[in-house]
Amino acid sequence: MKKLYSIFKQGIIFENPLLMLMIGLCSAIAVTSNVSNGIGMGLAMTFVLLFSEIIISLFRKLIPSMIRIPIFIIVIAAFTTIVDLVMKAYFPDLSKSMGVFIPLIVVNCIIMGRVEAFASKQNLPSVIADALGMGLGYTWVLIGLAAVRELLGNGTLAGIQIMPASYQPILFFILPPGGFFVFSLFISFNLWLKKRMEVSARNKELAAKKEAA
Amino acid sequence: MDLGKIFLLALLVNNIVVMRFIALCSYIGMTSDLGQSLGMGYAVTFVTVLATAATWPIYHYVLVPLNLTFLQILIFILVIASLVQLVEFYLKKNVPGLYTAMGIYLPLITTNCAILAVTFENISFKYNFIQSIAYSVGVSLGYLLAMVLLAGIRERIKTSPVPKFLQGTPILFMATALIGVAFMGFAGLVK
Repeated sequence: MKKLYSIFKQGIIFENPLLMLMIGLCSAIAVTSNVSNGIGMGLAMTFVLLFSEIIISLFRKLIPSMIRIPIFIIVIAAFTTIVDLVMKAYFPDLSKSMGVFIPLIVVNCIIMGRVEAFASKQNLPSVIADALGMGLGYTWVLIGLAAVRELLGNGTLAGIQIMPASYQPILFFILPPGGFFVFSLFISFNLWLKKRMEVSARNKELAAKKEAA
Repeated sequence: MDLGKIFLLALLVNNIVVMRFIALCSYIGMTSDLGQSLGMGYAVTFVTVLATAATWPIYHYVLVPLNLTFLQILIFILVIASLVQLVEFYLKKNVPGLYTAMGIYLPLITTNCAILAVTFENISFKYNFIQSIAYSVGVSLGYLLAMVLLAGIRERIKTSPVPKFLQGTPILFMATALIGVAFMGFAGLVK
């Protein structure tokens, strides 16, 4: 149980796919001009990641390693198609505003990376923990980015007016350059957080050693 | 819509990297060296145009008559992946000069979002074949332009005093934000 939790925890800050590993960036910045898009994209991505990892982990002993990449791609593409069709049927507005980024989940490096590096070697429970951790790591960054950008750029959160009516929206944050700007600050913040957590972990270790001595 | 307009819109106004955030992974990962980013840019241009020429007829003459359009994602990615393989074999055997220039980048671009995005958009924008080719050339040259711009800026960043909290990757995104502001100046270019 403890091992599963530590796998789950990895994806959220230390190996956050967006902020630390720098993969799967396209969709993250593109859809985050408002919070509902961010949530939708995060859930879609987590769904595809979870089910692709489960399927590949279950069949990992049957997949010949020579042709594993094409097989991974077909599995991922199948789940992406499911998400695309479901979005089109039940959330047409959301699907339209995300446009080409839903089908692009299929080439999202996060999924391919996790499937290749993790799911093809591990058993089912740790794979589920990994997929949920990575998915959550991806989703929180998306929601965070979207919240900052929508609040400052439009004065709303998920379409609900938050800022007072006299607030003059800073259009910059909704426009593409604003996305890069906020993302850059997020990476910077995450690096700082990681360093702080590492320092405090080391201090704790030192203190424990001193006590033992 | 005339071809020049499609081309300019794709190249500058809606530049695929700095205005639309597609293909950011290679944009950040491959621009530490100018030569490398040029090679990657050429390879992407080459394959995007080829992929458009291959997927457009497949969609309109195979998938639509058979009512299989829901298989679009699956078919397109397989077509592009096998196309990249074939191109690699062909270049290695027949055009070794070109192969040494961009061969090592070819396997990398199977999962480059730019190529797949262009092939999807040709369909969803309802372009005809010639327009699709113009669009794919515009988009991929826009990608090349953005790669070269960032590679040049990175050379300068190496010798510049960067604020401590922006060192490493954050400064790259900050620079991209500024490039993006500059590109927004092209907004009125095409009426």
